[in-house]
Order: sequence, then structure tokens, then C-alpha cells
Amino acid sequence: MQTTFPRLLLKHAAERPQAPALREKEYGIWQTWSWERAAEDVRLMSCGLAALGFEPGHNLAIIGDNRPHLYLAFLVAQSLRGVPVPMYQDAVASEMAFVLEDAEVQFVFAENQEQVDKLLELRETVPSLRHIIYDDPRGLRNYKHEGLISIEQLFELGREYERAHPAFYKDSVEQGQPSDVSVILYTSGTTGRPKGVCQTHASFINSARGGVEVDGLNPDDNIISYLPPAWVGDHLFSIAQWLVAGFTINCPESAATVSIDLREIGPSYYFAPPRVFESMLTSVSIRMEDAAAPKRWLYQKFMAVARRCGAEILDGHQVPLTDRLLYALGNVLVYGPLRNVLGLSRIRVAYTAGAAIGPDLFRFYRSIGINLKQLYGQTETCAYVCIQKNGRVKLNSVGEAAPGIEIKIADNGEVLVRGVSVLKEYYKRPDATAEVMDAEGYFHTGDAGLIDHDGHLHIIDRAKDVGKLASGAMFAPNYIENKLKFFPQIKEAVCFGDGRDQVCAFINIDFDAVGNWAERQALPYGGYVDLAAKQQVLDMVTECVQKVNADLAAEEGMSDTQIARFLVLHKELDPDDDELTRTRKVRRGFIADKYAVLIEALYSGRSEQFIETQVKFEDGRTGVVSATLQIRDAKRYPSVAKAA
Amino acid sequence: MKQRPLGDVILDVQNISLSFGGVKALTDISFNVREHEIRAIIGPNGAGKSSMLNCINGVYTPQHGTITFRGQTFHHMNSRQVAEMGVARTFQNLALFKGMSVLDNIMSGRNLKIRSNLLMQALRIGPAEQEEIRHREQVERIIDFLEIQAHRKTPVGQLPYGLQKRVDLGRALAMEPQVLLLDEPMAGMNVEEKQDMCRFVLDINDEFGTTVVLIEHDMGVVMDISDRVVVLDYGKKIGDGTPDEVRNNPEVISAYLGTSH
Repeated sequence: MQTTFPRLLLKHAAERPQAPALREKEYGIWQTWSWERAAEDVRLMSCGLAALGFEPGHNLAIIGDNRPHLYLAFLVAQSLRGVPVPMYQDAVASEMAFVLEDAEVQFVFAENQEQVDKLLELRETVPSLRHIIYDDPRGLRNYKHEGLISIEQLFELGREYERAHPAFYKDSVEQGQPSDVSVILYTSGTTGRPKGVCQTHASFINSARGGVEVDGLNPDDNIISYLPPAWVGDHLFSIAQWLVAGFTINCPESAATVSIDLREIGPSYYFAPPRVFESMLTSVSIRMEDAAAPKRWLYQKFMAVARRCGAEILDGHQVPLTDRLLYALGNVLVYGPLRNVLGLSRIRVAYTAGAAIGPDLFRFYRSIGINLKQLYGQTETCAYVCIQKNGRVKLNSVGEAAPGIEIKIADNGEVLVRGVSVLKEYYKRPDATAEVMDAEGYFHTGDAGLIDHDGHLHIIDRAKDVGKLASGAMFAPNYIENKLKFFPQIKEAVCFGDGRDQVCAFINIDFDAVGNWAERQALPYGGYVDLAAKQQVLDMVTECVQKVNADLAAEEGMSDTQIARFLVLHKELDPDDDELTRTRKVRRGFIADKYAVLIEALYSGRSEQFIETQVKFEDGRTGVVSATLQIRDAKRYPSVAKAA
Repeated sequence: MKQRPLGDVILDVQNISLSFGGVKALTDISFNVREHEIRAIIGPNGAGKSSMLNCINGVYTPQHGTITFRGQTFHHMNSRQVAEMGVARTFQNLALFKGMSVLDNIMSGRNLKIRSNLLMQALRIGPAEQEEIRHREQVERIIDFLEIQAHRKTPVGQLPYGLQKRVDLGRALAMEPQVLLLDEPMAGMNVEEKQDMCRFVLDINDEFGTTVVLIEHDMGVVMDISDRVVVLDYGKKIGDGTPDEVRNNPEVISAYLGTSH
């Protein structure tokens, strides 16, 4: 049966009016919206927006953190047969301007003063922007700008409009078609300007339904919604699956309280990109290193047991009785309390997507009894291409094709996708659409991968990133970087090597983890730049790099891409400086240009290099950091695979 | 851009002199504060700024002069009386309960407003529980306002200095004061923390209409957010007026920058 999101909302409100739809922690208490209230809020907001002149075909930009009214705003736009266009809340004004202009936005729903200020500033250059509606009135009482209204005023307009046009809302929802565009998600784009990906109700609903069926999601499930609503992953989980399965979404109090809120809610279904799992593990490692000796001993002892048999037990494989008993004991003493501390004790199923996850990291979570699985997809496919099914999880694959999806590998190794989740088009970009869609209806993902004999898809790297060393050996930078990033001390890494004779790397230390380590070593440091340049820190990073080299040496075809030389960067790579995308993927080309002197120094054999870098603060001001960076050589190992 | 226009004089200080033995801390100081105003007292180190605040607050009793608050004139005030009249303050060197949580510290600011007695509170009988819920709601609004939700349960002693200052402000706000005295709210803060604190002070003034009297020696901060400024030097008033007037006052310039004689 084909339907639309507003119709799904009305269905839940009719069938289970009092069941919780959304929760938000405010003033220290979880406040609940029932399905009935959610539907009513959407109805009134829709009528209010219609009163302001919002018409079918208009786009409603939505910007802010995860707040119930912001999620409901998606449904408001859809109810009026318009299209919601979510934007990243930490975007700087110039990035927002592009989206607002490209989508010809007249109406914006903004969270608070911070966003309103940015929008008012932009209105000078984007004249189409007429109406700004804000959710949180804090600090905005004195703003008397034309077209700026609060959500309370919107509700009031809505009530009036509904009195005059009582059948308006119902008619409008009924006219909405499953084939209508339900959302435009702008891709962060590791190269070039962002593109607006148009997805229909049908594709997101079918993608959500596939996921709901695979994992048996039901109305009793709870999730915590804390990822940027402009990201396809959050849209799939917090909007599409929310409305398809009818579970409850919970909005944290603020970005800083997510880990506390996570423990309070105890979600049964959880979704996070690998970096969140990484930082969780980093904080556990830091705290364990600070723990008393007996605790540390217990932790190490039982984590060894978990590594040996935890994942196998979760998958229902055969495990010797002694290991099973030890694991049960460990569950009581270590794994259970650890899951509880992380707020993951009620997890039935957890997903990671958005980037490749290190196999060791992945195995860690599975080994302590968390059913963590991988999902593969991109904005253009509603983040729904491959999904790992219970009991069929492989550590290094992203799973089998999801229900309703076909995958195949092109001759050049690129992954091609056809099925329910594939995009309708790029907004106003037929040229770009034609580039990624072929005559047979396959979407070209741009990822290089292979399908194994069990039908599992393995992703190697971005197709355009995969290069060759001068020797002809394949060079997959992401693959090496992910290995580096598994060390809690390393936050980010960028490898170079395409067309060169050897591989060199930039490394970003993790300030929390390395800072804590430095404190325990009684190593004084004055901030990030200083810490990153310490000899002891460099020694430690060298060890990490050499472990990665040993690993690469053992893998077939990877031995030549061991890291020869590296340096530790003096500043963190940052989306504000355009070095990372908003979803924190490295912009390889940009970094290579910006730090050209450093790359030159790495390959010319110099032992140190001075560099001065501009940094941009979130309010648009700029500053300069400079440092002399040391360059280290890493030991390389003979290829084990060749010898065998 | 001010939402509430400045009202009548709410606090009037006349001819205050204060000395400790032979040391004259304040000599014949007079100024007034109008309702909804942000009034700054500035001056170099040792100018008598904190002494002035302590006189208003009832910590010190001046030898001469009167203080008129809402039409009532006093020769000396006591701290409790001042608090009951709706004047709250923060401290330069913080005076928080380090071992208690942020929540409890701010709750302690509601002390004067709690009606049920110790026994009722301890046994949770009578109206005590309802009352606590009411006060907790108020405290939660302040926590939300100051954006310290993540630290609600954290012992204050574990927080960085900038956040402790915020908690100190939160406790003063819990009294729902008409006049808020801030003793160097930005001292020892980095630029970002100062900006945050400025925003809070402006928002408090704006949203609640609270009159703010603040001491500060960071001239930049004061000039940006104050309506009027009093300048003290060696216990004497050397300037009084809008930030622009004060900035161009030759005496003020010489007190801050020094002049050749």
C-alpha cells in the first residue's frame, strides 16, 4: 500500500492517540507529545503556514538541533505539498546562503536566536527569504523584523485560518501523492558545491519499511535523536522509520547532555556514525586507565574473554562450555555494567553507517553483547542499500542487498544500485542527475567495492580516491586511514600516495585521549599545538603507525602501501575551515592544496617544516596558528603475504 | 533596542563615606540607579568598587551617608534585610558550596522563599513536597537559561572557573531579585567566556527587567553593555555618565592611563 508521511501521522493519531510519539527533555523532565498532540501541532502549524502564503511546491528550510517542533515541521511542509529542506545547524552563513538560494527558499523554520541571527544577516543577500519562524523565543523578544514570527504566533494564525477553512488541512493531506518529493537533502559533497537530492515519500517509506521488517521494529521501541536532522541517516531513522514503525523518538536536552540523556532513556534501537562509537570507546579506555588496579585487571581479563568468544556467542555460533561460562561471569561483572554506563543496556539492535568502521572497533561492541550492525547507503539512496541481518554479520562487509534493492559491480569496480530507495533527481541539476543514473536505472555510488560468494558487499574506498603507487600497487587511502583512526589517540588521518613512490600521512591526535595520557605521564603541555609537537607524543604516534604497517604487511596486496613518513598536524582538521565535510569526511583535494608545503616536505625527505595556517571561528572571524612540524620515518615490514 | 524603558530611580546612594581606621575607602560618593538599568561601577585596583558594593549590600556600614531603596532610606543595612528587599549579588571570588551539586547550589538561592520549616522538609510532610517541586521548576528554568543542563548533577568544585561563575549567577537569580549586584562577573575569564557572560547579563536585564549594578575593570566589556557608568578612583567619584561621556572625561583617562604632571 502506498502512502505519504502526513497520512502515516494521521493513522497513528487515530489508532493510538495517547501513545508517546516524541519526547524532549526540558527543564530537567522528559516532556511527552502523544501522537494526537503531534498531529494537532502539525495541523495548526500547517494552517498557520498556509495563512502566511505557503503554497504547494514551496520549499520550507528547517535549521536547528533535534527539537520536536523541528521534526514536526517536516510534516508541516509535506502536509501542504511543499518540500522540507533541512540544513546543518552548525553551517556558517555562506554555506546556508547557497542552499537558501538554490532552493529558492521563502520560508524558514529556525530553532533559536543563533539561527535567526544568521538568517537575518543572510536576508540582505537572499531577498527571496521572506518568513522566518522560530521555536525558542529566548533573546528574540525585542526583534521587530518584518516577517519574523514565533511558533506561538504561528499556532494562533493556524487557529484563525482553520476556523475560516475547516476542511483545508484534511484536503491538503489527501491531495499529497506518494510520488511527490518528500524532502530535499543537500549532500555535503567532498568536492564542489552541495547538490540537493530529491527523494519521494514512496522511496523513503519503502526504505524505512525494509529496515523495520529486517529488525522487527515496533511501537514499543525507543530511539534517541541527536544527529543532525539534515543528515540522511537521521532522516531515515527519526522521520521515516519513526512514522512507519510508530516508535518513540527522544530529543536530548542539549548537545552536551546526550550521554546523560542516553542513559536515562535507555534506547532499544540506536544509530550512530562510527566516530560516535569511537569516542565512546575512547572515553571508556581513558576511564579504565584511570581506574584502580584491581578494576583494571578485571577489565583486561574479561575483555580478553569477550574478544575470544563474545561476537561468536552473539551470532549463535558454537563456543566451548568453559568460554561460555567465563563470558556469563564477565557479563555480570564487566560487560553488563559497561553497557549500562554507556546507556546501551536495553539495545536490541544498533546500527552504524556514514563511514567505514574499523573491524576492531566493530568487534569490540559486538563482543560486549551489543548487537551492532552495519548499514550501507548514501543520501541518494535514502541510506538504504545494504543491511546486515541478525546472525549473518561479517566484520568487514556491509551486508547483503536490502529488501527491494539490487546491487551489482561495474567493470571498473564501482558499486551500482537499483531499487526502491534510489533518488528521483538532483534539484534543478539534470546534468548531475544524468551523470549518476544510467539507462538501466542504476545509480552510480562512486564507491569501489566487491561482492563475495555469500552475496555480501565489501566497500574498499571511494572509487575516485583509489589510486596507484608509482610501483603500480593499489592505494586505498581510506582503508589505511581507518586503521590509523582505530587507535584512540588518533582522531583523524589523511594519507597521500597516488602516483608517488611511497605513502605518507598527516595525523591529528585526539586531544582528550592524548591529553589524559600526557597528564598521567606528568608531561606538561600548553594547549593543542604544544601537545601535538611533544617528542613523547610523536613517539607514541610512531608506535601506532608501525602497528598499522605490520597489519598492512600481513594483508595481500596492501604491503606496498605501508606508511613511510608522517607528521602530526598542529591543528585539528575542522569543517569550519572546509577541511572536513559537515559529516566529518576528509576533503582530500582541499587538504592537499592547503598543506602543499607539508606534503612537499614529506616527500623531499626534510626532517621538519614551518607552517602558518589560517583558522576560521564559528562567528566568521579568522586567526592564525603557526608551528614547526617534525617529520618522522616509520619502520616498514617485509610482506608476510608474499613470503607465505 | 532596549525593550523596557528606564524607570524611576530605584536605588539612590547619597554622600557615602567609609573608612577602616585611617584608611579612607570611600569619600562622599553619591550616585543613583534607575529601574531596568545596567549600571557599571569601574575604577582601577583599590578604587573602592567592592567596598561600594558591600555598603549597598549591607556587609559594611558606612560612617556617613544614606542609601535609599524604593523610597525607604537607610543609614545602615543588614544583609538579610537587603536580600529580603530583592537585592541579590554574586561574589568576585565565588562563594559556592564546592561539594554540592549545581542544582543544590542554585536551590540554596531559593532559601528565603521557602516557607515550610526544616522538620517538614526533612519528613516531607505538609506542603513541603509541593513547595519543593515549585522551587525546583524555578531552578530548572534558571539552569536552562544559563545553559548548564549538562552539569546539573556535577559537584560545583569539579567545574571549570567560568562555569562556576555562571552557577554563582544562577544562585543570585534564584532569588528573583529586582536588583542584581555583580562583583567582577568577568574576572579571570577568557574572551569566549566573557562574551557568554555579557550575553547572560544583557538577557537577564532584557527578559526579566532586572536592574543590574556591576563592577568590572575590563573597560571594553563595561562600555558595551552599560547604560551609565560611575568611575571611582582612590575612593572618590571622578566620573558619572553614559559610556561615551565617561570615555571622553579627561580625569577618567588620566586615572586609567596616567598623566605626566
